Amino acid sequence: MNRRSHGLRAWIIQRLSAIYMAAYLVYFVIHVLMNPPQSYHDWHGWLSGPVVSIGTALFFIALLVHAWVGVRDVIMDYVKPLALRFSLLSLLGLILLACGLWVLRILIQVSQ
Amino acid sequence: MTQKNRRPVFLDLTRIHLPVTAVLSITHRLSGLVLFLLIPLLVYLFDLSLSSQQGYDRVVVVFDHWAARLALVILLWGFFHHLLAGIRCLLIDIDIAVKRESSRITAWCVIAGGIAVLFAAAMWLL
Repeated sequence: MNRRSHGLRAWIIQRLSAIYMAAYLVYFVIHVLMNPPQSYHDWHGWLSGPVVSIGTALFFIALLVHAWVGVRDVIMDYVKPLALRFSLLSLLGLILLACGLWVLRILIQVSQ
Repeated sequence: MTQKNRRPVFLDLTRIHLPVTAVLSITHRLSGLVLFLLIPLLVYLFDLSLSSQQGYDRVVVVFDHWAARLALVILLWGFFHHLLAGIRCLLIDIDIAVKRESSRITAWCVIAGGIAVLFAAAMWLL
C-alpha cells in the first residue's frame, strides 16, 4: 500500500468500525430492554451462544481498531518529538492489544 | 522581513471565538480520548460480571452506588456526544450538511442531543 491509500484505509476502517459498533449496540440495548438479564445465569448463558459470542468479539475488535485509529491521529497531531510520539504510540498499541487478548480470554472461558 | 511575517498575532484565548463546528471537532476528540481511557475498566467489569455469581453480584452492587451512577450519567453524555458527532461526520461524508450554515446547525444539534441524553440519563439513573 502506498502512502496515499494508507490514509484512505484508516479513514474507511474508522467508519466501518463505527457503523458495526453502532449496529451491535442497538442490538444489545434492544435485547437488554426486551428481556433484561435477571441473573448471572441469564447473562452468562446469553454470552455463551455462538452468534452473540462472535458478535461481541467483533464488537471489541471494532472498538480497539477504532480507538487505535482515533488516538493515533490525536497523538500524531499534537505530539511532535519523535521519541515521545513513538513511545506513546507503542504504549497505545500495547494497551489495546492487551485489552483485546483479555476479551478473547473472557469470551473463550464463557463459551466453555 | 516580508510583509507576511509582520502580521499582528492575536492569541488572547479569552477573546478568540471558535466557531461551533471547531468546538464540536475538539469535543469529539476529547470524548473519544476519555472513552478510550475507559476501555480497560469496561473490560474489567465485563470480566467480573462473567467470572462467577459473586463477581456478577459485585458489578450489580457497584452500579447501585450513587457515585457510580453519577459517573455513568456523565459517561453516557460523553458517549452520545461522540456517537452523534460521528453520525454528523458520516452525513458530511455523503454530502449532507457540508455548507457552512447547515454544518453549524447540525453541530448545534449534536450538542443539544448530547445534553438531552445527559438530562434523560440523570432522571433515569439518579
